[in-house]
Amino acid sequence: MADLWIQFLLTLDATLRVAIPLILCAMAGLFSERSGIIDISLEGKMLMAAFAAGTLAALTGSAIAGLVGAILVSVMFSLIHGFACITHKGNQVISGLAINILASGLTVTLGIAIFAKGGQTPMLSREARFSSIELPFAEAAGAIPFIGPIYKEIISGHNILVWCALIAVWLTGFVIFKTAFGLRLRAVGEKPEAVDTAGISVSGLRYRAVIIAGILCGIAGAYLSIAHGAGFVREMTAGKGYIALAALIFGNWRPVPALAACLMFGFLDAVAARLQGVEVPVIGQIPTDLILVLPYVLTVVLLAGFIGKATPPRAIGRPYVKER
Amino acid sequence: MKFVKTLAIAAVSAVGFATMVQAADIKPAVIYDMGGKFDKSFNEGVYNGVKKFTDETGIEVMEFEVTNETQREQAMRRMAERGATVILGVGFAQADAIAKVAAEYPDKQFSIIDVSWLDAPNLRQYSFKEHEGSYLVGVAAALASETGKVGFVGGMDIPLIRKFACGYVGGVKAANGNADVYQNMTGTTPSAWNDPAKGAELAKSQIDRGADVVYHAAGGTGLGVIQAAADAGKLAIGVDSNQNGLAPGSVLTSMLKRVDVAAYETFKDAMDGKFTSGLQALGIAEGGVDWALDENNASLITADIKAAVEQARKDILSGAVSVHNYESTSSCPY
Repeated sequence: MADLWIQFLLTLDATLRVAIPLILCAMAGLFSERSGIIDISLEGKMLMAAFAAGTLAALTGSAIAGLVGAILVSVMFSLIHGFACITHKGNQVISGLAINILASGLTVTLGIAIFAKGGQTPMLSREARFSSIELPFAEAAGAIPFIGPIYKEIISGHNILVWCALIAVWLTGFVIFKTAFGLRLRAVGEKPEAVDTAGISVSGLRYRAVIIAGILCGIAGAYLSIAHGAGFVREMTAGKGYIALAALIFGNWRPVPALAACLMFGFLDAVAARLQGVEVPVIGQIPTDLILVLPYVLTVVLLAGFIGKATPPRAIGRPYVKER
Repeated sequence: MKFVKTLAIAAVSAVGFATMVQAADIKPAVIYDMGGKFDKSFNEGVYNGVKKFTDETGIEVMEFEVTNETQREQAMRRMAERGATVILGVGFAQADAIAKVAAEYPDKQFSIIDVSWLDAPNLRQYSFKEHEGSYLVGVAAALASETGKVGFVGGMDIPLIRKFACGYVGGVKAANGNADVYQNMTGTTPSAWNDPAKGAELAKSQIDRGADVVYHAAGGTGLGVIQAAADAGKLAIGVDSNQNGLAPGSVLTSMLKRVDVAAYETFKDAMDGKFTSGLQALGIAEGGVDWALDENNASLITADIKAAVEQARKDILSGAVSVHNYESTSSCPY
């Protein structure tokens, strides 16, 4: 029984690790989309950031340099997205898609040019990564039956970016719903005309929103390549940006429900990893394919009726044009 | 003066003609796949074989590095048009392209590595007995494990990877009949080869269950496996090329796939007029698979492990042990 409890806690711990990039990206998407800019390019920005982080950490041997580089590169791509959709009023989906394709090609090409390893960066040493932080008394607390392991397995032993992500959720909620900036941001996503009439720049607000999205995507990318992982591998985001987008929609463009959706996806992933090849009572061994397909089936089921109607910001996807 | 010049030109062209006649016998070409020829892995292995051939024979090999999926077929056709007589494709991703181009140029010779299911009179296919190599590292894993539990992380769930897994389980059970082997596949789509985050998670889940040696056959995903094992202070086993140096002290050994042997053999046979079509399966006996022992893992491989693995290799060579090939029955008896 105690063993089962530990296994369950370890699964929850894995859930958190897997969900972190999703959470960061979902918050990034939240800022962008609440301001009225569809952000399909979460995936591409995260990939570019992961590459920049892996490359800089490998070249300088410093994880901080990797993180800063990742954020800068990601923000740069955000600005490209913003330039296309805010300044030039281009189609936001197409611009996002273009960034994803660009990132997918550029990372591999640059990777081959710099390291000649087939688009990978070298494996990073411990110093060039964000290592996990063991909280004080973790070992001692682990000995306390039942509750102790919660502290030892789940709360302790994460790297700093995990804490960043959790703080980001709280901060997102605070900024969006409790500050003047957040109020304007939401307004610009619902009714940009009103904001414009009030004498506030629609473009300025939207640019600020996509820059924040860039910063968050940058942290997500750095998490993948220099915190959770130890180096960049081509296409390493593996669709996480799109899953984050789905989580954002599940969460109805609200931080805490989006967090819950990310954790749900993470949990399914973690369970899938642990269920493979395990004898389950009554059913026997579950086929690999069935387990791997589980998260997607659940997505469809949940989307089909278990969550309420998803209502996007009203002005989303519409470039703002002043009256002619 | 003019006479001397004419003579010189004649001499040069005569020399040129002579080498041309020699080289006209064989004009080899190789199409590297995504990753490029210095990828420290599969393609670089082929490059080493090609280089050995050029060094020995002085014959230049035409090269092309594919950088996206659509280039494979074009590159192959262009090589054939440029007069290549023997064309080597690298990796199963080029199977469709080579099947098509080989049919269009029946008088040219084609060879492809890691493919076994095609059939053309001018096509040679190389497959590797990965199950034999995996058996060897399985023996090493079982002996290096203190918990009696070892893991395997595969990339995409295809019969080829099941073949790795099955040989590995065979080796583990041969060395320790009570050992547990945890097996995980990363996914069912090609993205499963490039998901180190998931690889690390799978390895961690196995380590949480008690595994202390984890073998990967998962390409880029495997880097996550190696890193997760290193982070947890456990051991990983590399694959394809020698990955012992990726995390020195944390990689027990690597299962080597000697693609250089296949590349060298293709061109050498073509040069000697011994090119044959059909399937060539390279195992331990043919020098096609092996385990890696170098200064990075010398401290991990004890005398006992070394002796046991060498014994296993001898047994396979002598036929005393026959490692089951998953692909022949689509099931694993171990």
